[in-house]
Amino acid sequence: MEDDAPVIYGLEFQIHIIDFDDENNIINKNVLLHQAGEIWHISASPSDKGVLATCYNKTPDSRVLACAAVWRMPEELESVGHESPDDSASTTQTLELLCQLGSAAPGNVACVTWEPMGDGKKVISLADNHILLWDLQESSNQAVLAGSASLEGKGQLRFTSGRWSPHHNCTQVATANDTTLRGWDTRSMSQIYCIENAHGQLVRDLDFNPNKQYYLASCGDDCKVKFWDTRNVTEPVRTLEEHSHWVWSVRYNHSHDQLVLTGSSDSRVILSNMVSISSEPFGHLVDDDDVSDQEEHHAEEKSKEPLQDNVIATYEEHEDSVYAVDWSSADPWLFASLSYDGRLVINRVPRALKYHILL
Amino acid sequence: MKTTTSSFQPQALSLPDTIRKMKNDFRKMEDEMDRLATNMAVITDFSARISATLQDHHERITKLAGVHALLRKLQFLFELPSRLTKCVELGAYGQAVRYQGRARAVLQQYQHLPSFRAIQDDCQVITARLAQQLRQRFREGGSGAPEQAECVELLLALGEPAEELCEEFLVHARGRLEEELSALEKELGPSPPAPDVLEFTDRGGSGFVGGLCQVAAAYQELFEAQGPRGGEKLAAFAQELGGCYFELVERRLAQEQGGGDNSLLVRALDRFHRRLRAPGPLLAAAGLTESATEIVERVARERLGYHLQGLQTAFLGCLTDVRQALAAPRLAGKEGPSLAELLASVASSIQSHIKASLAAVHLFTAKEVSFSNKPYFRGEFCSQGVREGLIVGFIRSMCQTAQSFCDSAGEKGGATPPALLLLLSRLCLDYETATISYILTLTDEQFLVQDQSPVTPVSTLCAEARETARRLLTHYVKVQGLVISQMLRKSVETRDWLSTLEPRNVRAVMKRVVEDTTAIDVQVGLLYEEGVRKAQSSDSSKRTFSVYSSSRQQGRYAPSYTPSAPMDTNLLSNIQKLFSERIDVFSPVEFNKVSVLTGIIKISLKTLLECVRLRTFGRFGLQQVQVDCHFLQLYLWRFVADEELVHLLLDEVVASAALRCPDPVPMEPSVVEVICERG
Repeated sequence: MEDDAPVIYGLEFQIHIIDFDDENNIINKNVLLHQAGEIWHISASPSDKGVLATCYNKTPDSRVLACAAVWRMPEELESVGHESPDDSASTTQTLELLCQLGSAAPGNVACVTWEPMGDGKKVISLADNHILLWDLQESSNQAVLAGSASLEGKGQLRFTSGRWSPHHNCTQVATANDTTLRGWDTRSMSQIYCIENAHGQLVRDLDFNPNKQYYLASCGDDCKVKFWDTRNVTEPVRTLEEHSHWVWSVRYNHSHDQLVLTGSSDSRVILSNMVSISSEPFGHLVDDDDVSDQEEHHAEEKSKEPLQDNVIATYEEHEDSVYAVDWSSADPWLFASLSYDGRLVINRVPRALKYHILL
Repeated sequence: MKTTTSSFQPQALSLPDTIRKMKNDFRKMEDEMDRLATNMAVITDFSARISATLQDHHERITKLAGVHALLRKLQFLFELPSRLTKCVELGAYGQAVRYQGRARAVLQQYQHLPSFRAIQDDCQVITARLAQQLRQRFREGGSGAPEQAECVELLLALGEPAEELCEEFLVHARGRLEEELSALEKELGPSPPAPDVLEFTDRGGSGFVGGLCQVAAAYQELFEAQGPRGGEKLAAFAQELGGCYFELVERRLAQEQGGGDNSLLVRALDRFHRRLRAPGPLLAAAGLTESATEIVERVARERLGYHLQGLQTAFLGCLTDVRQALAAPRLAGKEGPSLAELLASVASSIQSHIKASLAAVHLFTAKEVSFSNKPYFRGEFCSQGVREGLIVGFIRSMCQTAQSFCDSAGEKGGATPPALLLLLSRLCLDYETATISYILTLTDEQFLVQDQSPVTPVSTLCAEARETARRLLTHYVKVQGLVISQMLRKSVETRDWLSTLEPRNVRAVMKRVVEDTTAIDVQVGLLYEEGVRKAQSSDSSKRTFSVYSSSRQQGRYAPSYTPSAPMDTNLLSNIQKLFSERIDVFSPVEFNKVSVLTGIIKISLKTLLECVRLRTFGRFGLQQVQVDCHFLQLYLWRFVADEELVHLLLDEVVASAALRCPDPVPMEPSVVEVICERG
């Protein structure tokens, strides 16, 4: 487990890159300046770990303008390696701007999402009521608008969040606006499904089950986390009501999709075990060939255990609202959460559960 | 004395003469006696001779008499065919059968004689005709059961095979009974039943059941010799027809399910059951009584279900009324009934409905009703049926109905008026404290539950009601909190905080918030008690303001955006938070006004906080937030249990706004105060 687990988070005008050395329990921090403005949303390219996209606010002449851009982190950052965690000693470097998203079509960008499996060439940004598909060309130095769709309806419609589905050959994107969830086909840029009133109030975030197509989780201001099968949009598959305030973020574990992480403005992070609707509801299938009797017995025993969705743990380290949670992309048992007061907490899945899932 | 003695003396003188005379007389008599004896011997001799002579004659006469009798018998035999024919022609079947019975043995004995043989043949022919006629008559079936029974009796006497007869007897009885049944069925009809259920069961009782009884009695009398097999046949017969009858009765009773008149139904059932008890001993094997009891039980159960449904409907009706009453005043513009009055009316209406239902089902257990002493009605009906099924079931369903308002209204579509939630919550709480135990005591008293089967204890039910009340109240808090939250959210989200002008007034939405909160306070106050607050200082608004501004200043003196600076503000606010308790925003509420209001205000202010954090403020935007928060502070503290909570949240709002402001220059507290007082 020599993997470092880089976690990226944004704070106002800086981007901090935190290196967490699992083995030695050492945290390293690199600070990159983000001079364009305060960052509201950040997402890293799936193919190039030096590239990331941000949504940021500019305030020229007392107007708030939300823009999006793709940036490259400095090369030498990776070689900086182990640095002393002292703040003042860390050298501040600047991000290199690759391209702006949305100069062609202005609007307040709420969210940027990358094509999950691709070569890091496709990005979708959500600006006001538009959904824009960008093609990044010339090593991401230029963004060409490849397609767009917009939401029409009465009132001021604004997208709040969106995710790109890893299934169906990466042709589906789901977005949230107000209380509605929508699915889009990126080839035709048309709507494929719509879950009206998915939540009682604003939908804050959503995420796709990485291992089970059609399954998607959403969370919102009604304090609920809902799991949907997009083939049946009338009713959620399951609803969790563990938080006591708005749920801001929901994330599936990348490899064990029964583990679901949620962060809420009640200052709590909750790790739930949604076995019954996961892709491995009976635990791992064990090969019959190389199983000794004892193990077989054990496996049988395990399969008899009732499937129970439960809360594994509630993390209360944060003193203020938690706005973002995410899993480590390197170590499936590691996750981080970020709260308003600037506290980043890195936690592990409880060991007992880890072995329960693995064995 | 002297005279007597004197009279004897002359007689005594003549005594020897007398004796002499007597001696003489005796000698004479002896002679005559001897003569008599001789004469008698002669007479005897003669008499013997005469007897001997007459003996012969006598014997002959006796023989003649014998012959005479025989001849008469023969004459009877010879005349028999004609007599029988005559009898048959006259329809005197009984006579004919008696004749036939008398002659049969003789004819049987002497059938080897040709003449007798002929008679017998004749007789047999006639008898066959007789039997045929009897059967004919039997078959025609027009005559009543007693006559038929007579026919059967005669046929039996004629030596017809009993088994066949009893088959036929039953077939005929069946025909008649089926007629009764079809008459009953006609009354059922597809059209609404004209005669009421009582009349129906009466008719069924006298027609069908009476007929069945007659048949059974006649059958048992006639075919007693058949032994157990005959009994079985009868039982099967009764069972089958009884089944049909029960089916009809059940269909009729099913039509009655919708009706509200229990007493009529109970009376009808009573008749029905009583009628069937009569053939009970006769038809014990057929199990008709059991089936009848089962039917009665089933009807009773269905009746309970009906009443349960009725109660539920009544409850829903009450709710609709309340909804209308709640909606009406706003339309009419005048004051409608207050919440407390509505609550009282709902409670009393439900209670009277419950009592009416109890009274209605109580009829089933009345002493004079024939089935009330069945074990079912003494035990299970009271405990499982009435207590568990009806009362407990209703209270449970009431809780469920109430809870369903919590579930559905969580989504946007549910438009339950909050006042209704509040009212239901209070209703459930009242149930928990008093009504449930009252109703259950009432039930137990009325129905004297003797059954030992476990029943839901009052405490469990109370706990459920309390839980429902709690959920409803929590939901009320959520809904009302949401209303105010939405107002605040819209007001923050739609405003351009960067280019706003210097604040001169408290924003109207804040006044609206305070107004709404006051209205909610009044509304809750109608139904719930005040509740406990933390001790307050004499001048809360002033004191809080100073605390509030000082905490705000901590935020203010961290203005720059160098990497280290936010850490300091965060550190300060973190330290602050370490000493304050975590605020559970959507926390369960207690049953009092202060707790409810605290919940609503918490939700609203937390929303304000989160919304502020999503915006960027100009200097005047920040100042406006300051003014708004101070205004809220001035008016909201009085509603909550712990005013610290309001301070804390409002501090956070202002501090967050300051953090979201590139040019955080707060307004002078005195100016803020002036603006708020003016507003």
